[in-house]
Amino acid sequence: MTTVHLGMPLVRAPRGVGMLREQEPFPAAARRALADPQLRANIRRATGTIRDKRQRMVDEVPDWEQLRDAGSALKAATMARLPELLVQLEEQVTARGGTVHWARDAHEANRIVTSLVQATGADEVVKVKSMATVEIGLNQALEAAGIAAWETDLAELIVQLGRDRPSHILVPAIHRNRAEIREIFRREMPGLGTEVPADLSDVPAELAALSRRHLRAKFLSARVAVSGANFAVAETGTLAVVESEGNGRMCLTLPQTLITVMGIEKLVPTWRDLEVFLQLLPRSSTGERMNPYTSTWTGVTPGDGPQELHLVLLDNGRSATLADEVGRSALHCIRCSACLNVCPVYERTGGHAYGSVYPGPIGAVLSPQLTGVQDNASLPYASSLCGACFDACPVKIDIPRLLVELRAQHVEARAEEHPVPSAEAVAMAAAAWTMARSKRWVRAQRASRIGRLLARRSGRLPALPFPLARWTSSRELPVPPEETFRDWWARERG
Amino acid sequence: MRIALLVTCLVDTLYPDVGRATVTLLERLGHEVVFPDRQTCCGQMHVNSGYQRDALPLVRHHVEVFEPYDVVVAPSGSCVGSVRHQHAMVARRAGDDRLAARAEAVAGRIYELSELLVDVLGVEDVGAAYPHRVTYHPTCHSLRLLRVGDKLLRLLRHVRGLDLVELPEADQCCGFGGTFALKNADTSTAMLADKMRHVLSTGAEACTAGDSSCLMHIGGGLARLRSGTRTVHLAEILAATEQPA
Ligand code: SF4
Repeated sequence: MTTVHLGMPLVRAPRGVGMLREQEPFPAAARRALADPQLRANIRRATGTIRDKRQRMVDEVPDWEQLRDAGSALKAATMARLPELLVQLEEQVTARGGTVHWARDAHEANRIVTSLVQATGADEVVKVKSMATVEIGLNQALEAAGIAAWETDLAELIVQLGRDRPSHILVPAIHRNRAEIREIFRREMPGLGTEVPADLSDVPAELAALSRRHLRAKFLSARVAVSGANFAVAETGTLAVVESEGNGRMCLTLPQTLITVMGIEKLVPTWRDLEVFLQLLPRSSTGERMNPYTSTWTGVTPGDGPQELHLVLLDNGRSATLADEVGRSALHCIRCSACLNVCPVYERTGGHAYGSVYPGPIGAVLSPQLTGVQDNASLPYASSLCGACFDACPVKIDIPRLLVELRAQHVEARAEEHPVPSAEAVAMAAAAWTMARSKRWVRAQRASRIGRLLARRSGRLPALPFPLARWTSSRELPVPPEETFRDWWARERG
Repeated sequence: MRIALLVTCLVDTLYPDVGRATVTLLERLGHEVVFPDRQTCCGQMHVNSGYQRDALPLVRHHVEVFEPYDVVVAPSGSCVGSVRHQHAMVARRAGDDRLAARAEAVAGRIYELSELLVDVLGVEDVGAAYPHRVTYHPTCHSLRLLRVGDKLLRLLRHVRGLDLVELPEADQCCGFGGTFALKNADTSTAMLADKMRHVLSTGAEACTAGDSSCLMHIGGGLARLRSGTRTVHLAEILAATEQPA
């Protein structure tokens, strides 16, 4: 393992703050989601629609595979010299009148943002949809300091008002349908000073109009905005946000102070590199040729836009991830959510089962890496390794390979921590021992034909004890035949 | 051509007919099949469950057994995928670069059955007859790890009497995933339920694929439903002829 030094010790994302950890193991959380037919129908419909749209848009581009290769190569090259690029970014942002803050983890980032807001005297902020701030639990931290944070992205607003958690990277409220959204608005909006028409229906246009009225008031009154960033250009110190609704642009231009919280991996070296990612991202995420709004801002311009600009560079487990030779490619992720939409597991369980702001296949690798694999131990197993995510990923992250590597890291870490091996570890070691020599293996095969005795009467195997019970709960097991292939070969050709 | 058969531990133990069909088919096409009987298991279950250290002796054993052969075939996309994409990785992770190089050489000579037939032997019509209504499930490892594309379909289209019906949402995973089916049994079962719904919607008598493991999963589910729809491995279809065997 090689280590990349960013001048910080390799810290993992801390416990007790933000949204990166499973509250309960994935299989248990998934069971609840699987038992909710409404939830499953909502997610199935939504992912199906985006999946088809994405496929159409991708098929339009003749050099899509080369674009993916370019994106992947650019990311790898960026990660290889991340420390120097970050320093360049800091210099450029500072030279253009911004202030850069380095946050080792969620606690530090929350403290920095809170004190920046407090210094302005404001008691509320408007927010552009940002995964990083959900990751660190910024809204909760601000609330504890008496500062109200208003989400301005429609889906994020629905999640916030529903006192819910996001369940998708792009569409955090994907698990809600229109009727549910109307109920949330009817219940919550009046308390926020926004009048709700008595005959509010669940027609999307009406719901959008209501949220627009609510948000307009916030945009016009807010003096501070908090955003994330999709990209940061090291050579110029430029930050970029792409979005569909235009709310982000309002937040990025109207308030006096803009605080941007960004994971340190979101960097690209030059402007020219954006050319690749601004093609890959919209087609992969919303299935659009181009996203409706692309905002870029560079430092402070007197008389135009925010007059105070802060950039908080967040580590929170990223340099530890970068230090892992195999795992570091998870940092290439541009958060397009294509892997979620094609994932058969995500489609059935939804995002909450993953316990993290990053659900789906990328979450199953990224969350355990940011927290340390023991703190998200069930996530690397929450995949059938079908590989659909790898095919969909615009920057070619080999998620199945990362999952397999993380499983190995988890098994090995467990073995180191616990002197008594798990039942599974014993079984695996026994199987490996048996299969490492053909004589032992043949003996074991003969013994396994004991199953034939069990099945003699019915021609089917009976319900079996744990752990095979989990198989036989919904599936039959084949009855071992009289003769193995090996025996047949010996008899016929031997 | 002299072809070594990696029969896979699952076929050897539970589905010997698939192994026999593979032999019958290749011999009918005029090739010599050898069965290196010291073979055991490719170690995929260990690797995919996180027991890479335990998999190391299995990888070494596999390399030793199959090193002498120029062409190896397995009636299993997932085992070929494991040999091709995981063996060298396991060796390298354990710090054994020499073994990794040997594993890569062996991996370069192993083919899944449809790859062997179409790419190496250059046949699409193997002279099979199978007068049944059949639907085809392209397994994840064949489809995405090996990129077999439509090779299996091309082989099936040449089978006399075979009525091939398209499977809706064919490229969705059946939910097997090795120990995934046990560790995440509920999610796996939900995936299987959709796969079975699609299979049954075709009205096919049988569902075929190039992997016994996925067929074991789908077949296990269909049997529980007592649906009457069978699963049958590609090799068994291709080995079938009009003459009684
Ligand atoms: S891992 Fe790839 S597909 Fe998934 S969100 Fe990230 S960039 Fe998109």
